[in-house]
Amino acid sequence: MRDRTVIGLTLGLGICAIGGYFVPDWFMNQMMFGFARALAIIGLLVLWRTGLVSFGHALYFGLGAYTVALMDINLGVTDAFVRLAGAMLVTGIIGVLLGYILRNYRDIFFAMLSLAFSMVLYGILVKTEALGSTDGFPVSAPTFMGAAPEGKYYLFVLICVVGWVSAVLVHSYLQSTLGRLTTAVRDNEIRVEYLGYSVARAIHIKYVISAVLTGAAGALTAMALGQVDPDSMVNWTASGELVFVTILSGPGSVAAPFIGSLIFELLRTYASEWAPHAWQMIVGGTLLAVIFFLPGGLWSIAARALRGRK
Amino acid sequence: MTTTPILQVKNLQKSFGAVIAAKDICIDVSAGEVIGIIGANGAGKTTFVNMVTGYLKPSSGTIEFEGRDITGKPPRLVTQAGISRSFQVSQVFTTMTVYDNLLTALAIADSAGLNALLPIKRPELQQRCEETLARYHISEHRDSEASTLSQGVRKLLDIAMAMVSKPRILLLDEPTSGVSAEEKFDIMDIIMDALKADKVTVLFIEHDMEIIERYVSRVIAFYQGEVICDEPPEQALVDPKVREFVIGTEHHRETQGA
Repeated sequence: MRDRTVIGLTLGLGICAIGGYFVPDWFMNQMMFGFARALAIIGLLVLWRTGLVSFGHALYFGLGAYTVALMDINLGVTDAFVRLAGAMLVTGIIGVLLGYILRNYRDIFFAMLSLAFSMVLYGILVKTEALGSTDGFPVSAPTFMGAAPEGKYYLFVLICVVGWVSAVLVHSYLQSTLGRLTTAVRDNEIRVEYLGYSVARAIHIKYVISAVLTGAAGALTAMALGQVDPDSMVNWTASGELVFVTILSGPGSVAAPFIGSLIFELLRTYASEWAPHAWQMIVGGTLLAVIFFLPGGLWSIAARALRGRK
Repeated sequence: MTTTPILQVKNLQKSFGAVIAAKDICIDVSAGEVIGIIGANGAGKTTFVNMVTGYLKPSSGTIEFEGRDITGKPPRLVTQAGISRSFQVSQVFTTMTVYDNLLTALAIADSAGLNALLPIKRPELQQRCEETLARYHISEHRDSEASTLSQGVRKLLDIAMAMVSKPRILLLDEPTSGVSAEEKFDIMDIIMDALKADKVTVLFIEHDMEIIERYVSRVIAFYQGEVICDEPPEQALVDPKVREFVIGTEHHRETQGA
């Protein structure tokens, strides 16, 4: 295997997974939440490369998280793998259904319609007592094929493994004809249709991929946090946060979301510690700086360094 | 000896509200023909091409290709059936290089079933890509981004991409528009040589009568949405109606600097 992205992902996530055992808990937690969110960012990256931005992917983040909580409360499912599979299945089905509508829209209409769907879920959740209303639900600690280890290290390793598998699969996908259709559709839909491929189908497939990855991110975050709630997981601010981290990371590589998401996690923590009442200003200023000086996101720094070493 | 037409257009009509853009068009096309479509601006030429290639749905009438009804089918199904086209404004992937444009086009044309999941950079596609670049004389531009190309090279790339699906009929909308007078015959020679080698039937819209005289075996002239002449070029270009409604207008266009 000579692919530099795959080698980089393997080394990077491998070192983090092992290193997580030795670093202080607070840092492992930062990596855990950062890498879990990175899955959603990979999904948004696939859409972004197609020229589409979703302002409503908290819909899938929330669906994934709430699937885990509801499986836990109603069915007593604690196994992390079953919870993850359940969340991916539910978000996949909803992604397929909504995809039939969203694949017909572009630009701001796509973004706003995505937002509208996510706000419908938010409305349902906060108004329904049986779904936890504004408080949400606690989520019990996950088990791993019968084992119930202390602490969150096993979950962190699972997040690293799921992150690696997803990133490598999406990377291979982007090298395939279907993956190349991302740029092709963004550049010229007419030409794609006149080459005999359905643009609607191409967008639909990418939308479902991003939905499932975001669902997995929500499920893993719910298990890491031990809690689900509508405000931090389904509200429009959660969708905005995903778009924020996508821009911060940059679309250059499937490895970028892991770096961008971890830096966002650290930035948010330190900014709120340092300036509890103005941390949003620091985060916003960072985004402005990235847009002005690094339009390719943080990844462009890494890409420059890698090119320099060639 | 009569041969079954490869394309049969019967009573094709298209209205946009009160405006009739195409009126009762009946055309049979035999395999191997090279047909020039002429007419003043707004005569219905592009409307006709748009209807045959699925870009516009006809209001009435039928289009049969190789005996199958393709009336109103969307572009991708028309392409899959074996009809391809180019546009007056070249439709290429602007942020990709010439090589990546062609490779992407080849991969999409070869994406049936699980092929869509194969890596795009596979030897057989790369080899076909090199051959196509050479056939259309654009190898030297392989690493240039499509948005930086001259009109002529862009047209060649556009037509090369339209040909990757191996169509039996190719419709070209003004293949030399925007190309300089010095370049136009070179470009047309490259296009026609490549298309002849692929034995593809060609219909192309053209305003330049020199090109019509030199390259086509049949001329179809449009005026106000109707076919007013369907003859070999030597007869069509002296036809009184063509002279009055098409060539006269073209001459007017030229003298007006259009």
